[in-house]
Amino acid sequence: MHNREHHKNFGFDWIIIVLFLLLVGFGWLNIMSASHEGEVVSYFDMSQLYGKHAVFIGLTLVLITLILAVEAKFYERFASVIYIIAMLALVGLFIFGKDVNGARSWYGIGSMTIQPSEFAKFATALALAKYMSDLQTDMNTIKHQLRAVGIIVLPAILILLQNDAGSTIVYASFFFVFYREGLQQIYLAIAISAIVLAVLALKFGILITALVATVIIGGLYFFRRKKRASIIQHIVILLVCVSFSAGVRMFYDHVLKPHQQNRISLWLRLEKDPAKLERMKKAEAYNLIQSEQAISSGGLTGKGFMQGTRTTGKFVPEQETDYIFSTVGEEWGFLGSALVVVLFMALIIRVLFLAESQKSQFSRVYGYAVAAILFTHFTINIGMVMGLIPTVGIPLPFFSYGGSGLWGFTILLFIFVKLDSNKINEW
Amino acid sequence: MRKILLLLTVILVGLLFISRLFYLQIYNKEAYSLFEDSAIKKEYDYPKRGYVYDRNGKLLVANQPSYDVMVIPREVEPLDTLEFCKLLKITKEDFIKKYNRAKNYSPRLPSPFVPQLSKKDYAVLQEKMRKFDGFYIQKRSLRDYQTSIGANVLGDLGEVNQRTIEKKPYYSLGDLIGKQGIELSYEDVLKGVKGIKFSQKDRFNKIIGPYKNGRFDTLPQPGKDIKITIDSELQKYGELLMTNKRGGIVAIDPSNGEILALVTGPSYNPNLLVGRERNKNFSRLYLDTIARPTWDRGLQAQYPPGSPFKVINALIALQEGVMEPEEKVTCRMGYYYGSRKLTGCHHHKSPVDMNAGIAQSCNAYFVSAYRKIIDKYDDAGEGMNIWADHAKSFGLGNFLGYDLPVGQKGRIPDGDYYDRAYGDNRWGSTYIVSNAIGQGEVEATPIQLANMAAAIGNRGYYYTPHIIKEIEGDTIPSKYTTRKETTIDKRHFEPVVQGMFDVYNKGTAASLRIPGIDICGKTGTAENFIKIDSVKTQLTDHSIFVAFAPKDNPKIAIAVFVENGYWGSRFAGRMASLMIEKYINNDITRTDLEHWILTHSLENEYAKPYSGEPFKINRETSLQVIPKTQAPDDDFNSSINVDTNKPKL
Repeated sequence: MHNREHHKNFGFDWIIIVLFLLLVGFGWLNIMSASHEGEVVSYFDMSQLYGKHAVFIGLTLVLITLILAVEAKFYERFASVIYIIAMLALVGLFIFGKDVNGARSWYGIGSMTIQPSEFAKFATALALAKYMSDLQTDMNTIKHQLRAVGIIVLPAILILLQNDAGSTIVYASFFFVFYREGLQQIYLAIAISAIVLAVLALKFGILITALVATVIIGGLYFFRRKKRASIIQHIVILLVCVSFSAGVRMFYDHVLKPHQQNRISLWLRLEKDPAKLERMKKAEAYNLIQSEQAISSGGLTGKGFMQGTRTTGKFVPEQETDYIFSTVGEEWGFLGSALVVVLFMALIIRVLFLAESQKSQFSRVYGYAVAAILFTHFTINIGMVMGLIPTVGIPLPFFSYGGSGLWGFTILLFIFVKLDSNKINEW
Repeated sequence: MRKILLLLTVILVGLLFISRLFYLQIYNKEAYSLFEDSAIKKEYDYPKRGYVYDRNGKLLVANQPSYDVMVIPREVEPLDTLEFCKLLKITKEDFIKKYNRAKNYSPRLPSPFVPQLSKKDYAVLQEKMRKFDGFYIQKRSLRDYQTSIGANVLGDLGEVNQRTIEKKPYYSLGDLIGKQGIELSYEDVLKGVKGIKFSQKDRFNKIIGPYKNGRFDTLPQPGKDIKITIDSELQKYGELLMTNKRGGIVAIDPSNGEILALVTGPSYNPNLLVGRERNKNFSRLYLDTIARPTWDRGLQAQYPPGSPFKVINALIALQEGVMEPEEKVTCRMGYYYGSRKLTGCHHHKSPVDMNAGIAQSCNAYFVSAYRKIIDKYDDAGEGMNIWADHAKSFGLGNFLGYDLPVGQKGRIPDGDYYDRAYGDNRWGSTYIVSNAIGQGEVEATPIQLANMAAAIGNRGYYYTPHIIKEIEGDTIPSKYTTRKETTIDKRHFEPVVQGMFDVYNKGTAASLRIPGIDICGKTGTAENFIKIDSVKTQLTDHSIFVAFAPKDNPKIAIAVFVENGYWGSRFAGRMASLMIEKYINNDITRTDLEHWILTHSLENEYAKPYSGEPFKINRETSLQVIPKTQAPDDDFNSSINVDTNKPKL
């Protein structure tokens, strides 16, 4: 029966395809609302952003056909080549790149621009899957772990150097992949501790953080009498914790740029000086306040398609790209925005579910990477638009305006659809 | 665990997002209103407020444009405060105070910042206004009074207060609303409907086009013009006569209840309450608690009416059948109950019948009539109730229902009233004889007395007094065109009217006859007291006169009340006589009488209680005569000068 079903559907997972089409279609409607200048005369008006995006979507369909037409084995076999090309494209930016908003992450070809970092994501995912599924790779050895991390860190560093810190953060999502593939539990503990320590250090200062760490580690030492390690070990861990907190603090104070500091300060509500807060409201917090107000004004059912007063007045800057979700919130209300959240959850969970069912480790690792990358974008973007996490400028997959982003995510997703369709042929 | 970590995280984040959406969009959401949407600019277009004409079509109240600087605090950007303050002619402290006040009211709704700029300031400011984000100029219309009279009738406009805005959402802060007089009672007719234009703004506060193609925009609807019943010539003459006196004159057309003149003294120029100086001037008028120029004595002065009330007792006695017009009562300089003198009287012929009783204002006659009415019934309470019902049918003892916003009920006591005062059935007619002569517990306002005169002149009915004559494109309320009957049969009126006629012919007002006009009237004197250093002190009596003319088919019924004017015909009678002549003949033949009124002042009388020195009253006082040069002429005004900075058309 399984076979027959596959035969009928050409083996492609139609749930993913339908979810993809829904997200892209709904995204396009919102881009039209957010970006139109004057009356909408034609849906394919090339002088307007939504017209251009319609063309991008059309090209996406061509791209999908190509991806699905290629032999599945091709992706595994050429993973390294694709990775190398992507890395070269990133390096090339330093020579041929074009500055947009202070980030050197674009190639300009005529009037068109291409952002290679959007394509580097799937290339990295392919390369990582290839490396980890290699029979000679043993992820339990530090050496191989470091190599795997190297595959991720290389593009991350290149992108960071191009001043696009937001896209860099996405590479942290590969942690989920490592963990799934057997990374020791201790790393999860370290990751969670690091996040908690960083937040504590920023919010309450090093002294209180050190105190909390001492109490917890001391507690562990006294109550785990049977299996406990030596006191020296505990002291070392405590020292590491404290120096890490101090490091985070120094990083925040001396390495981060003022606008990045302010974003974090707003999120953790660190600033108490009302005059400075008032200034921040007009600068770093402006987008956030406007987008929260736009979403809030939508209410249960929203103001209706093309009827949002804040969207029409373009109150939220970048509302057709990173802040597209505010338009959804204003015009489609709670029902529409919750639906978008549910669609994303369904897509990610479906990818995860299929990844688990893969027979080849390559497909499984790749599928996991797809889910993790989509999840990170979804979490950071919507979290930012609703004021739950600090401002990080990354797009909402399939929704935000832009050709590179749309194509990058489409390739990422459909390579997996192709790999998945091929699983009956795997051993 | 390894397999489900990401799955769990996805579900957790999804739920977190949906809760956040719920919080933002449903839980924490204020009801959406186009009016509070910061992306939508609202521009009001104020309609023309209805004009006010007098009964002869003379324009009394028109409009003039005015310009308010408004502020929406949320939209204010850093600005050159110094320049802005200089343009508005305010100090920086003022600026901060005004700004904070507006912000406290609402950061997102417009508040008036500097109201009512002069035309010159507006011209200068208009060009520079675009430099100051969050501020704009709102055009409105102010009243422009074409006359200096009738402030108490015409009323004025003032800024609407927050309580009214909460009750009537039509208004927004800075709007003008009727505060007194007809501006208040006919606010809904006069105001029209303001128009509104919605525009879509972008985030730089720039207008990018009409909101939804102007689907919600409305055009202003002009207010309706009204014609009031006041005869401005008569009103002006009344105010002239009232100069240097305190009191009220109410003149009514008995055939339809129209108020011909409603004078209160002292009064003020209505233009004082227009423009930037309004608040200052209003406080000055309102806080003058001695002369009380904002207190409408014609409507609000409630006093024992004195002798004019006697005619009501005569009518009730006839209706109840306890007296006949020919029946005579002996007056021994007062009314005696056994050997006890209940009330005194003045010197006149005795015995008197009803005609002479009214003409000579004989106290004994009316006490006797009054006691007969009460004692006709077994129970004094019942008698008192019957008596009160008759009296109330003349519009006494309760609000008349006229269309001006202030008034007093007056008082007609009934059986319950005395049961409460003395205890159940522990009183009788002898306890309350003061009511017979309009003293005691009976109280009335001048307009009630004028209405009473109209009802007598009509021989038994009246129309509710009113100020509205015509509303553009509308009819006046039917309650002003419906006859109200008294409880007295028509046939009983003739002897009483004859008595009132003889007041002029041979009685207490014989000196005030007008050749060619048959006047029926009644003088009155009301004792009055105030507390000086918590000692009850009597002041000179109030002078009261009630009349109607001509005797048959009267055209005017009038009540005049002059504070501390002493006996009835001394001031009130003279003024009533002049008013009647002015209205019916439109000419004053008795210039000596007019001259007497204009050259006699009561200001020294009013100053006495505040002098801190012992003073004399009534017959032991002398009248203050003001030299001819200082006497008021046609161009009279109140003592406060009109603000010359007021914006002019």
